Amino acid sequence: MQHAKNLEEYRSQCRQAMDDEFLRKAMDAFAVAYRTNRANAFADMNERELIAEIADAKDAAVANLDGLFAEFKAKAEKNGVHVHLARTAAEANEIIARIAREGGVKKIVKSKSMTAEETLLNHHLEADGYEVVETDLGEWIIQLRHEGPSHMVMPAIHLSRYQVADLFSEVTGQKQEVDIEKLVKVARRELRTHYATADMGISGANFAVAETGGIGLITNEGNARLVTTLPRIHVALAGLDKLTPTLHDALRIIKALPRNATGQAITSYVTWITGANECAPGPEGRKEHHIVFLDNGRSALAKDSDFRQVLRCVRCGACANVCPVYRLVGGHKMGHIYIGAIGLLLTYFFHGREKAKNLVQNCINCGACKQVCAAGIDLPRLIKEVHARIQDEEGHPLPSKLLGTVLSNRKLFHSLLRTAKWGQKPVVDGKTGYLRHLPLIFSKEHDFRALPPIADTPFRDRWEKLRPVVEHPKYRVALFSGCVQDFVYPEQLEAAVKVFAGHGAALEFPMGQSCCGLPVVMMGQTEAARAVAAQNVTAIDPGSCDYIVTMCASCASHLKHAYPRILEGDPRMADKARRFADKVVDFSTFARDVLGVDEGDFASVSAQTRTAYHAPCHLCRGLGVTKAPRELLAKAGLDYVVADEEDVCCGFGGTFSMKFPEESKALLDKKLDNVKKTGATQLVTDCPGCVMQLRGGAQRRGDTFVVRHIAEILAERVKPR
Amino acid sequence: MTAKTNALETFVKKATAVSAKVFEVASLKEAFEYAVDVCDKKQACQLLASGCELPLSGQGQALCDEKQTKVIAAPALNKKDFAAFAKLCEGRGFELIDGGLRSRLAGIDIGFTVCELGIAETGTLVLDSAREDVRLATMVSEIHVAVLPKSRLRATSYEAEAEVLKFMQNGPNYLAFITGASRTADIERVLALGVHGPLELHILLLEDK
Repeated sequence: MQHAKNLEEYRSQCRQAMDDEFLRKAMDAFAVAYRTNRANAFADMNERELIAEIADAKDAAVANLDGLFAEFKAKAEKNGVHVHLARTAAEANEIIARIAREGGVKKIVKSKSMTAEETLLNHHLEADGYEVVETDLGEWIIQLRHEGPSHMVMPAIHLSRYQVADLFSEVTGQKQEVDIEKLVKVARRELRTHYATADMGISGANFAVAETGGIGLITNEGNARLVTTLPRIHVALAGLDKLTPTLHDALRIIKALPRNATGQAITSYVTWITGANECAPGPEGRKEHHIVFLDNGRSALAKDSDFRQVLRCVRCGACANVCPVYRLVGGHKMGHIYIGAIGLLLTYFFHGREKAKNLVQNCINCGACKQVCAAGIDLPRLIKEVHARIQDEEGHPLPSKLLGTVLSNRKLFHSLLRTAKWGQKPVVDGKTGYLRHLPLIFSKEHDFRALPPIADTPFRDRWEKLRPVVEHPKYRVALFSGCVQDFVYPEQLEAAVKVFAGHGAALEFPMGQSCCGLPVVMMGQTEAARAVAAQNVTAIDPGSCDYIVTMCASCASHLKHAYPRILEGDPRMADKARRFADKVVDFSTFARDVLGVDEGDFASVSAQTRTAYHAPCHLCRGLGVTKAPRELLAKAGLDYVVADEEDVCCGFGGTFSMKFPEESKALLDKKLDNVKKTGATQLVTDCPGCVMQLRGGAQRRGDTFVVRHIAEILAERVKPR
Repeated sequence: MTAKTNALETFVKKATAVSAKVFEVASLKEAFEYAVDVCDKKQACQLLASGCELPLSGQGQALCDEKQTKVIAAPALNKKDFAAFAKLCEGRGFELIDGGLRSRLAGIDIGFTVCELGIAETGTLVLDSAREDVRLATMVSEIHVAVLPKSRLRATSYEAEAEVLKFMQNGPNYLAFITGASRTADIERVLALGVHGPLELHILLLEDK
């Protein structure tokens, strides 16, 4: 559980987790294996279609929770079930404790339930004097260690076999061998005695199907079948969001959930319980069966048009499986009770702002979670919005307010950059071309990277000389630079102009453009994000161009997907923002698909240069562009070699790397190590932010490959015209 | 290839992939013989794989000590079939039971069931477990021997949906989808079979034209 009082304390906890070598290795092995297993599991299915169907069905169910609850209750009661509704976690715990009290219960066995973790049910029951035993192996292990789960599906993923052997030696009073097979069998035997002597079984529910009044449980171990069979009382605790109209909805989710969780086509057991079943020691040979539905903010959330999609979650844990930050720090740091990307969101809604405020900042916004989510939840965006909400509620910290103010005013921002250029003069290392010392706003932990200086002449000041004259243009194109390329890497834009030449594109560089606004979104500055977006949409009139081309993946993704939403409430801007977004295209797609840049555009060179590629998060996931840049490298005659984990984040994440430098460094090191392994002499990418991170990191480490923006590498090889 | 043989092949492939053992039998009698053979060959009531040889707490050890002979549970057979099965067991010195499984939690050797449906796409068995003894037979046993009449095989869960729904809408019901043996990967993600339920699942495809 997360108890850090402030960001500093939270960061220090994350650092400790990163020092846990077993955890790091286990997470790495899992992350790599998971990717293959999941891909195999979905190989012969239309994954996108299935996810879209689940999202639609869940949305419809969430919009009708009251109706589904009433239908479920009526059906279940007809079959002898007691149905309860708890408004809060405390109320749910109290209802369950009362059932235990009235039933004369002494011992309780539980089958894993995240909802019971949410309400801290065990604490409540134990305080009331009941013996509570978790029966899922992982849950039992962490219960014995007095810990919370560190993964939704694999709660004890952070522990080694040695730790488990020691624990079991303690529990049995006998020395246990360090052999997983044997440890599992010890648990089998020890837990069986508990099933046999328990009076009450508690389970969760993956589904509560309104048309049958029954629940569905997904498990691999089969403990849910024993927990719901042997004790005379069964209580199922389910969030209201588990209500679903039909069996078909549940069967559909079963197609995605195990595949997404562990790469299994289905779990060993899916258990469907409808009504009070036969049970020898129960009253009249029947089970005393209760279902407790938990609200705890769910019905309020269902009314929030933006955040209601959070209730689509089917608890597969996939968002954690692919999260590069979770992989570094583990679930005890990347979550409170619910972990991973969805955990950051649910923490705010179920456990409150205090628990969530540090957590939500530990999202690098790479979009890996969104891409795998079984229910298509826009996790990274919602995490940023929770961050913004918390700041709106609590007050914005000074640095983020300052950034907001500066970016909202283009002239101020640009003159600050121009002034900074003079300020840095004495610290630019003449030999390396990087800053000799990091500016004071960076702490010592940032020493892993070298930062480039601000360019002598920004792109905007070079434009008049560069502007190509195009007779009979085929396309009218506005260049969008983003602040990094304009002021730090103007040569990347110059390179792009060279690559585009001769293809009939009339280029414009509208001077009123400014930063795209993503940094202020990352800082939770909603107002500033709106001001910046309006500024750019005004500066570049979508009516005056056919394409808005940007060489920055992050800008491209932000302009295209966020602008229409950010400006939708502004009647003067909404329509323009949509038309603007429609015209935004990334460099590679524009070069390959629109201009038709081809082999013939490049000088034939016999020497093949071994070239690795880094896929920027906002390009490969944000815009779904994967083929164009790789094809362009091949067309230009480069020997493109595939590095491991090409599409995993480089650790930049804009302002993220300012807040979490150790995590940024760890991600960067992994990335650079993978490139090094390929033996490439150059690393190419298509985002200036990634270039800054990768190039500076490689410089500090002394890696021998050079880091280039794809426009630069192509411009070098383009035939003179 | 017809849709039927297609589904059969898929079923065998998927079930085998999750470590189930799949065989074909021509009659129920052959299935009984199969179960008796398996019971004969397995370790004599040592419950080895269940951990009795491992150091246990006093309470765990006590449960292990309860069991004395090999036991097969076949709780949902009709009288005639049960009698035929019992005769086969008698010859080998096994006990065949059809109820009272609560007093057998120390473990039974084989749980024997006839399934309602099969789902080819995942190699899944659908078993009506409304009777408590059926549930226990398939959970407390070390080996679950399940008969699936070929005519009950469906290609996908959607194709089985209407029939599955009927079970659920017919008064209190407890329906099990079973795919492979009980498994866990909770310790270091290493796969281990038989954590709470059967260590092995044997599926006998019954010819029932």
